[in-house]
Amino acid sequence: MLQIEPWKRVLIWLTVAAGLLLAMPNLFYPRVEQHNDAMAQIALGLDPATVEGEELWPAWLPSGLVNLGLDLRGGAHLLAEVQVEQVYEARLEAMWPAVRDVLRDERQLFESIRLVETTNEALRVRIGNPEAMPRALELVRGLARPVQTLAGVSGTDLDVRAEGRDVIAVSLSEEEQQATDDRTMAQSLEIVRRRIDEAGTREPTIQRQGGDRILIQVPGVGSAQEVKDLIGTTAQLTFQPVVNRIEGGEAPAPTGSTEVLPSLDEEGVFYILERTPVVTGEQLVDAQPSFNENGQPAVTFRFNPTGARQFGDYTAENIGSLFAIVLDEEVVSAPVIQSHIPGGSGIITGRFTLEESTQLAILLRAGALPAELVFLQEQTIGPDLGEDSIEAGRIACLVAFAAVLIFMALSYGLFGIFANIALIINVALIFGLLSLIGATLTLPGIAGIVLTIGMAVDANVLVFERIREELKTAKGPSRAISLGYEKALSAIVDANITTFITATILFAMGAGPVRGFAITLGLGILTSVFTAIFVTRVLVVMWFEWRRPKTVEV
Amino acid sequence: MRLRLVPKETSWDFFSRSKLWLGISALMMVAAFVSFLIQGLNYGIDFVGGTTIRTESTQPVDVGVYREVLTPLELGDFSITEVTDPRFGPDENVASITIQAQEGDEAVSQDTINSVQEALRGVAPDITFPAIESVGPTVSGELIQAAVIAVLLAIGAVLVYIWLRFEWQFALGAVAALVHDVILTIGVFSELQIRFDLAIIAALLTIVGYSLNDTVVVFDRVRENLRRYKKKPLKEVLNQSINETLSRTVMTSVTTLLALISLYILGGDVIRGFVFAMIWGVIVGTYSSIFVASAMLLWLGVKRDWSKPDDGAPAGTQFATAETKDA
Repeated sequence: MLQIEPWKRVLIWLTVAAGLLLAMPNLFYPRVEQHNDAMAQIALGLDPATVEGEELWPAWLPSGLVNLGLDLRGGAHLLAEVQVEQVYEARLEAMWPAVRDVLRDERQLFESIRLVETTNEALRVRIGNPEAMPRALELVRGLARPVQTLAGVSGTDLDVRAEGRDVIAVSLSEEEQQATDDRTMAQSLEIVRRRIDEAGTREPTIQRQGGDRILIQVPGVGSAQEVKDLIGTTAQLTFQPVVNRIEGGEAPAPTGSTEVLPSLDEEGVFYILERTPVVTGEQLVDAQPSFNENGQPAVTFRFNPTGARQFGDYTAENIGSLFAIVLDEEVVSAPVIQSHIPGGSGIITGRFTLEESTQLAILLRAGALPAELVFLQEQTIGPDLGEDSIEAGRIACLVAFAAVLIFMALSYGLFGIFANIALIINVALIFGLLSLIGATLTLPGIAGIVLTIGMAVDANVLVFERIREELKTAKGPSRAISLGYEKALSAIVDANITTFITATILFAMGAGPVRGFAITLGLGILTSVFTAIFVTRVLVVMWFEWRRPKTVEV
Repeated sequence: MRLRLVPKETSWDFFSRSKLWLGISALMMVAAFVSFLIQGLNYGIDFVGGTTIRTESTQPVDVGVYREVLTPLELGDFSITEVTDPRFGPDENVASITIQAQEGDEAVSQDTINSVQEALRGVAPDITFPAIESVGPTVSGELIQAAVIAVLLAIGAVLVYIWLRFEWQFALGAVAALVHDVILTIGVFSELQIRFDLAIIAALLTIVGYSLNDTVVVFDRVRENLRRYKKKPLKEVLNQSINETLSRTVMTSVTTLLALISLYILGGDVIRGFVFAMIWGVIVGTYSSIFVASAMLLWLGVKRDWSKPDDGAPAGTQFATAETKDA
């Protein structure tokens, strides 16, 4: 019959109360936001006395807020693809000295050893004596190292094969490519994060997406271009031996083991460089803006121990020759090595302004991006547009709310009022859940809430229509009401599960704003079923116990 | 005093002209398909790649002048539309410029955006750019793929769920209605050339969800009545079920439409296309759950001995038998 056990009632009201409590901070959005910012700063170790805003919201109340998506808050969104293959080339390039040395040990046998090319895909070396191929392969294969992955050691890092009669092709094995990709991505993420943090923007989101992509969302910046400038698409620093310097005229064609790069600040000057760098920017531990002995802006840097050793050995062996500092495929400067530099520190001078040297130091300190970033998608939303959208969404929500409330009251009378109370609780619960899980509210998400307002009454309508039908067969009001709830249940469950399935698929397949819509739609289904089955029922039962009506009209 | 949209008792015959209704539906689907083939959809940059720039200025938007200054930039295919909204004041003149990605462009070209901004500042010095969005062709290809998979997956998942809960005839009926709704929605977007972007796919999936919601409620009653009236012809059972649920069907459609229409009018121009799709979907979805799903069910027929809870329910009805105790 028409009754609900006391513990169930308590549980239902407790759930509603918890939902309302969680939703409440959103009513005081700016205040709570300021409070949360203050708390975050205090957590970072700032003195509470100097931070403003902590007292704006009592600590014992929940302070979770619905995150506003970029389309509501304004900011920039970028999707970048890391050109992970570029790292393969660098890795293979670095293999050349080792391959050369191991073959050189049996030079008579191979007659000659020449680098043909290095690409993303393979390092190719030609030997003079095709007969000696098996031995050459054996020697080069000896250079392979086991691959360390999370699953332990699996396979070796190099695939060595013969191409044609006299070419040895060395490429990275699949396991090694996988491991390299993971390293590249981790490094790129870290560097992007550091560079964006250095600019001090608020709550950026930097996530890996799929195999080789990075999603960057920065609220509050003026344009996507600013973010791109901040990240700098590449800042690859290498130190390479100079073969020759060419002034004026055309750039000569590169050969297998050399490349030709222009000078950064001298028009028409090119350098022919050995491809294999002596040291790379990855081995830098520090870089600071400074001045050289003539008082010109410069950048001093320091290597880690490995880098310092390589740099020291090289300078000791090559005193008097030129040495190029290459930044992003341009030669910043090419000083003559004056003496052995053992300490692992050095200075870059060029025609820098003070600002440029500071910028360069930051770039170097943050570390070079291991590979180039290509931007596949970018979006800028101005803060005013976001505010307009929030305002429009709020008004639309309120009007939709009012229309549905009035319509339900007109259609179902007292029962309509019960459904309306449930509807209000429903929207509060959605906000409570959104705040609890820290979900992001987007403009389509607001649309999802408005849609839920319209659809949430469906479960109640099903029940009320059913009660009407049961009343016709005159079983008495209490029986009719309980039958109405019972019999409408299967339709409510089936109808909502199917909608929930589509919301889940939307969530899984969608990106960004669409996902925001799926979240509010999905949560709206959960809360509307809860409020329709439990909340209105408790309301109806409580009213029934209080009034004990002989007849009811739905 | 109660507001009633549907009379208290109805016994309308929904199938007396079922051939006509199915014919109209089929005709509209063909029209939608033809429109799609001839005109195609007005794809947003989500799907074809390119850049959309939103401009705002205190001076009135003159599409002709904008076009004139942008043409020398050799942008390839581009379109300019003035955006209007009742909420805009006289100082808010908004336009949307869409530039399609050039063939061979892998990523977003910042130079293009800069040159467009520069050119427009020459026409309207106070112009601002509240939103800029660029999508490269790689991503747009993936987005199309994901969207198609999502719609198919949703329809497939629903087919399986209804098959498990009801019978395969119900599942086919429901899916026929869904396909009908999706095709008609795409048809409207093609016919009216409303921009079709990622948000519209979300709307399509919502329509799938809504239409299904409606269909399932009718089917649930059909299942119940089939059990109760074992000898009644299927057509009468269907008619009775639709009549019994009609009041609810109309109520829910009206509340949903009330909410959506207020969003359409007041929610701003950014999501107007999205809301339009849903309004259309609610109307078509309500129609299809009666005139397509149920008509399909009538046409396919239903096995009538499937609800004998006493002598071992056949497969597929194990859930359904639970609610029969009060019947």
